[in-house]
Amino acid sequence: MRFAVISFPGSNCDDDCVRVVHEVLGHEAYKVRHDVHELARPDVVLVPGGFSFGDYLRCGAIARFSPVMTDVAAFAGRGGPVVGICNGFQILTEAGLLPGALRRNVGLSFICEDRHVAVEGRSTPLTHGLRGAVLRIPIAHNEGNYTADEETLARLEGEGRVVFRYVGPDGRRSPEANPNGAASDIAGICNEQGNVVGLMPHPERCAEPLLGNTDGRRLFEALLTAADGGMR
Amino acid sequence: MKGRITVQLKAGVLDVEGTAIARALGSLGFAAPEVRVGRVFEIELGPELSDDPAAATRVLTDMARRLLANPVMERFEVEVLGAASGAK
Repeated sequence: MRFAVISFPGSNCDDDCVRVVHEVLGHEAYKVRHDVHELARPDVVLVPGGFSFGDYLRCGAIARFSPVMTDVAAFAGRGGPVVGICNGFQILTEAGLLPGALRRNVGLSFICEDRHVAVEGRSTPLTHGLRGAVLRIPIAHNEGNYTADEETLARLEGEGRVVFRYVGPDGRRSPEANPNGAASDIAGICNEQGNVVGLMPHPERCAEPLLGNTDGRRLFEALLTAADGGMR
Repeated sequence: MKGRITVQLKAGVLDVEGTAIARALGSLGFAAPEVRVGRVFEIELGPELSDDPAAATRVLTDMARRLLANPVMERFEVEVLGAASGAK
């Protein structure tokens, strides 16, 4: 499998994503600069976390106009799996590839800690075979408060497009389990076709035993299966 | 010709920053039950728009729609400020 990892100025999780795919899972991963039109025929595109363009204006608002994003949109349009993590999720919403927006956390603090998310909703390349699982994955964000109008939220719920939800360690939803005020405890969603997924937690930061947690590896493994045609 | 675009969270959207500022103002003894935080862009417009406030408004609105505001959560206001030289 070939994974393209997009690098914007200020991305800081691109190397982590490359490491997980290449060193941990033994597949091909390469970085693609923001200012080129060379995705180089990937099987999967990862839009990594960080602070693209310094988070100026709004998180992801400038990155979405990068030349490479037209190629990412075209890849997504052909049904290719695209996963946006944290700032990558913000970029995908700004680009209109996912609905809604990520606002400032309700507590006004940057939050960097482990959180539990339940995998639910429809099957996506990232969550294939994992529905019902509760994963412990770190979050690290200042703007993770998912917002959308009532109609969009109802549609996401109705179509099973909420694919990650903040829960407690026991898998139950509660106000305490929601770290940032996100609507309906949403931690991740997918597009109408299911091939574009965005999530605030960082699976690439918990994908090998050295880091004390391998829950994130399960999502990368699901991606490999999906990209290999295992979802069909 | 100059323009000014003001962007704020929509009325129904909780402004967490504004709420914190309202609380801080309250602690100083000011009565400020609600504060809405926004952002102001002052934009110098090209000479082709001078003396055409209607066209300038259209351009500023387009800027706000396409980049400066996120319609999911924000609203914006556009003003044309007149000639950059201050002649108006």
